[in-house]
Amino acid sequence: MKSREAIFANIRKSLRVSNDDRLRHETVAARIEQHPRNLIPARGQKPDRERLELFLEMVESAKASIVLLETKDDIPAEVAAYLRSKNLPQSIRHGDDERLSLIPWAKERTLEVTKGASDGAQLASVSYSFGAVAESGTLVMVSGADNPTTLNFLPDHHLVVVDERDIAGDYESVWDRIRVSFGANKMPRAVNWITGPSRSGDIEQTHLLGAHGPRSLHVLVVRNS
Amino acid sequence: MTQAVNSPQFNQNARKALDDSYLQKALARSEKGFIERRKAAVEKLPEYDALRDSARDLKDHILAHLDLYLEAYEKNVIASGGHVHWAANAEEANEIILNICQRLNAKSVAKGKSMISEETGLNTYLEARGIKPIETDLGEYIIQLRGETPSHLIAPALHVTKEQIEADFRRAHTDLPPERNLDEPTSLLAEARAMLRDKFLSAEVGITGANFLIAETGSSVIVTNEGNGDLTQTLAKAHIVISSIEKVVPTREDAATFLRLLARTASGTDLSVYTTFSTGARREGDPDGPLEYHVVLLDNGRSNMLGGKFQEMLRCIRCGACMNHCPVFHAVGGHAYGWVYPGPMGAVLTPSLVGVEKGGQLPNASTFCGRCEEVCPVRIPLPKLMRNWREREFERHLQPASVRYGLGIWAMFAKRPVLYRRATALAMKLLRLLGGKGRLRSLPLASGWTRHRDFPAPQGETFQTLWKKRDASR
Repeated sequence: MKSREAIFANIRKSLRVSNDDRLRHETVAARIEQHPRNLIPARGQKPDRERLELFLEMVESAKASIVLLETKDDIPAEVAAYLRSKNLPQSIRHGDDERLSLIPWAKERTLEVTKGASDGAQLASVSYSFGAVAESGTLVMVSGADNPTTLNFLPDHHLVVVDERDIAGDYESVWDRIRVSFGANKMPRAVNWITGPSRSGDIEQTHLLGAHGPRSLHVLVVRNS
Repeated sequence: MTQAVNSPQFNQNARKALDDSYLQKALARSEKGFIERRKAAVEKLPEYDALRDSARDLKDHILAHLDLYLEAYEKNVIASGGHVHWAANAEEANEIILNICQRLNAKSVAKGKSMISEETGLNTYLEARGIKPIETDLGEYIIQLRGETPSHLIAPALHVTKEQIEADFRRAHTDLPPERNLDEPTSLLAEARAMLRDKFLSAEVGITGANFLIAETGSSVIVTNEGNGDLTQTLAKAHIVISSIEKVVPTREDAATFLRLLARTASGTDLSVYTTFSTGARREGDPDGPLEYHVVLLDNGRSNMLGGKFQEMLRCIRCGACMNHCPVFHAVGGHAYGWVYPGPMGAVLTPSLVGVEKGGQLPNASTFCGRCEEVCPVRIPLPKLMRNWREREFERHLQPASVRYGLGIWAMFAKRPVLYRRATALAMKLLRLLGGKGRLRSLPLASGWTRHRDFPAPQGETFQTLWKKRDASR
């Protein structure tokens, strides 16, 4: 505690301010409470159809793959086809998210579906994203039993379902939705923005996919959810 | 226990770096890539410059209210089940982390990339006390195997060639078949991935840095392309964040503004692959995540920088663009700077944190070309700040006598225009006499120049004479 007091005393001394200055307290409290938006680039500010097109373009430029599906019933066939195309066993793992449990997985007879977090032994996982941002082709994942964080990072292949109506133009709109779902100044334990598959540029600045996280990322946009 | 300071030897370090053929090869390769990628990303965002202005103003606002934003941040970390520890200096930060590790009987800790932990010398400290730190960022892993420190903020192994990495892996990974093929960078990456997987899963503690801390929610933010920091903090029993105090931002909206600038400026992408916001420990019902969440907030001299001539340096978001665009950095690399932070930002920050006596050489390592300021996402006037240090170094009589003496003579001439013009005209004639139409191989008092390149003999009149003639002829 001694260092805490010393640090605060030194900050105030250097700034030549006193802790009793009411105006400063009000300024800080107001900014946090009102969380004003700063400049937002025009790129993502588009009507629905164009926003979706931008999202497709940005996801692909981040080296992920993406498909549009009419309904959730199309998901099992798409997942099975993806696994086949990558020569993977017909096996996926997902969390407790009801939207994933209600998918008619049984339509794919050979597809094995397990539930829970990852311990590193799974090759492919399926998550449902909380939202997405067209501006940069980013998925916004929130932690919890519904979509365990380890499923985002440990399997080699990450398949993510996102509802078209959850694709926002900018990050700020997703923050507002998180405020509605989790409380004014609250956050889930982890929020993961994911933009493309894992990569590294540390060997001679050559960008290589598949560092510690998934080697590939496949996005499934559901148009009518 | 702070990282040792080797900055007073900058001149010797630089000379060694210029003679290091591996380093020169690595530096030559990196220069173009960084500059071109940033340029392309910036051109695709018309609002980039306006974003820089708002980021600069926002940082100034934060620094002017730093005490209050830190209080709000602390309150919200605690409210979300985390712990906040305050460290005035490097020793305190290391001790706090050691205590947590010992309480949890940690044998190894996985580490995400953190420059603050480089500043405190955390790895050496933990290792000396029987706890094995494992760097998980590929670049950091490579330099840990080599027993080196990072030479760049975001590309710590910038100075290492592919062939050197292969040799390091063969030396360190002795359990693998010696005849395996490691010619391709992809096989090196795959090997590192496989080696580190088990280490992530077995480390009891995960330590990461923070790019930002959000006061509104008590969250810490990291950005990675590899996903290493994310595995580090998700799989361990405890997640320890080590950060300096100036990383706090008011709200999630403010974090978004900085994130729009960070990756674009650093690596030329819209965003890093993973931007992770962590708030507290595992919640009820969570199937994964750390059981404990700690934040260690380090001052280490930063609070002294507020309100003074170097406050603007605290706006830095550690993108590395200033060094990517620095001709001096590209000639000598990061290690020559002799401490944790290289390039122009290091030349300003190092003397602020370790003192001008030890760091004063660094602000001299600049041509003042101004590219660093031009590309800085938060518009830090780096040349001006380096000039402030040079002045302070001069005031405190820290330069060698020859430099002070030389400056004194130059000033005597510069303040007397007539004398200056006559003396330069005379010197030119003399040089032309010595060099004829060609170049001078050596020159008294200028061996620092002629050791590495010839000095062109002047071929006409002085600039001032030419200018005068040009004016007269118009």
